[in-house]
Amino acid sequence: MNLQNFSLKTEPVSIIVNEKIKSSYRRTFMLVLKRDLTIAMRHRDDIINPLVFFVIVITLFPLGVGPEAQTLSLIAPGIIWVAALLATLLSLDRLFKSDHQDGSLEQMLLSPQPIFIWVLAKICAHWLITGLPLIFIAPLLGVLLHLNEQSYVALMLTLLLGTPVLSLLGAVGVALTVGIKKGGVLLSLLVLPLYIPVLIFATSAINTASIGLPYSGQLAFIAALFFGSLTFAPFAVGAALKVSTN
Amino acid sequence: MHTLTEEHDSKRSFPLISARMLTCIREERLLFDQLSLQVNAGDIVQVEGTNGSGKTSLLRILSGLSQPYDGDVFYRDEKISQCREAFQQNLLYIGHLAGVKDDMTAQENLNFRLALHGNKTDNSMDHLAQVKLMGFEDSLACHLSAGQQRRIALANLYQSRALIWVVDEPFTAIDKEGVARLEQLFIQHTQRGGCVILTTHQELISIDVSAIKKINLDIHYDK
Repeated sequence: MNLQNFSLKTEPVSIIVNEKIKSSYRRTFMLVLKRDLTIAMRHRDDIINPLVFFVIVITLFPLGVGPEAQTLSLIAPGIIWVAALLATLLSLDRLFKSDHQDGSLEQMLLSPQPIFIWVLAKICAHWLITGLPLIFIAPLLGVLLHLNEQSYVALMLTLLLGTPVLSLLGAVGVALTVGIKKGGVLLSLLVLPLYIPVLIFATSAINTASIGLPYSGQLAFIAALFFGSLTFAPFAVGAALKVSTN
Repeated sequence: MHTLTEEHDSKRSFPLISARMLTCIREERLLFDQLSLQVNAGDIVQVEGTNGSGKTSLLRILSGLSQPYDGDVFYRDEKISQCREAFQQNLLYIGHLAGVKDDMTAQENLNFRLALHGNKTDNSMDHLAQVKLMGFEDSLACHLSAGQQRRIALANLYQSRALIWVVDEPFTAIDKEGVARLEQLFIQHTQRGGCVILTTHQELISIDVSAIKKINLDIHYDK
């Protein structure tokens, strides 16, 4: 009798607990997103530095290559995208490094919520801080590089779809190198090769647009890369973080 | 029938967390070998050992942050890797890193940590008052002292519903009065049916020595 009562009592409790956890996925996501954005707003230089870097790298090219409009408009897509890759790379370190150093990462790993949910929130915050400003400033730099008029929409669309991929793939690299004291160079060696497909399809889309042809095929490839990395990267990051904090 | 009721009532003596045949190797050095332990509800366990004897490693393995070279950790009767959610809901780990963000205020830090573990944040001001951080709730953590930062982390203990407390050197940078309050808190927690696993080089003053289970890692230390 007693045993039956006992089991009857305990079972519903555990089910309620599970439901509670599941309904809090969104809450956890928002909690971590808000926290990361708050920290970023108090550290404005972290937002501004990659952006200034992006602008300076791009302004160097007209100075080095020469101001001929024809040459510049030819290499403009490549320059903007390579600069975007490097600017993202520069800001990746912040994603997990400070959390690792002050122990917040341990606490997040030990929270009952699944790892991918807060990892996704952190990556999302990273994109909002570093990826989104690039998209807004890129058209201005396009003017500087005499980018073909027909290419602006393509440039914006490839950046919109492509920069989240940079944040997602970069997060895997950071998660793997977070435990290493000077992982900066290693990080770029790990991450830059992964960025190649995005770079190829993005610049190809912009070039195709400049001669007035449809570029939806290239966009579809970038979109596929985006959804693929959105699905797998948070789990890969979770596994990598566990190894790095071991 | 009688034994069943007894078993039901004496839930306190059930093992909450246990480890079997743990082996830990760090940088090709054997820290401990075939270490087994069992922590019941109501236990205070003090892990002892010289610096570098593997106290922190043991605590990290018990909380699931590190993987042992060999052996397993069990929560109730399940391996912790197989019941991650249930285990981590009942675990509160405070490591030697405070886990406090410099760019957030004391209250934001505490609220985030509580919410992350699914605890209520309504009373966070009271908990900050408990750890004597009243008046500092809006100060950025980078403007607080090391001891005050640690107190933010320790304020979690007041709200946590977790049964298993794993605390690594909780008394570091904490003043005498704070230590006494913490010890009281540990006693209360064990009376409620929880357990505390801690490392410290200080003598525990207000806790009865006979009530403390000690694990000495120096015995396992292989020269």
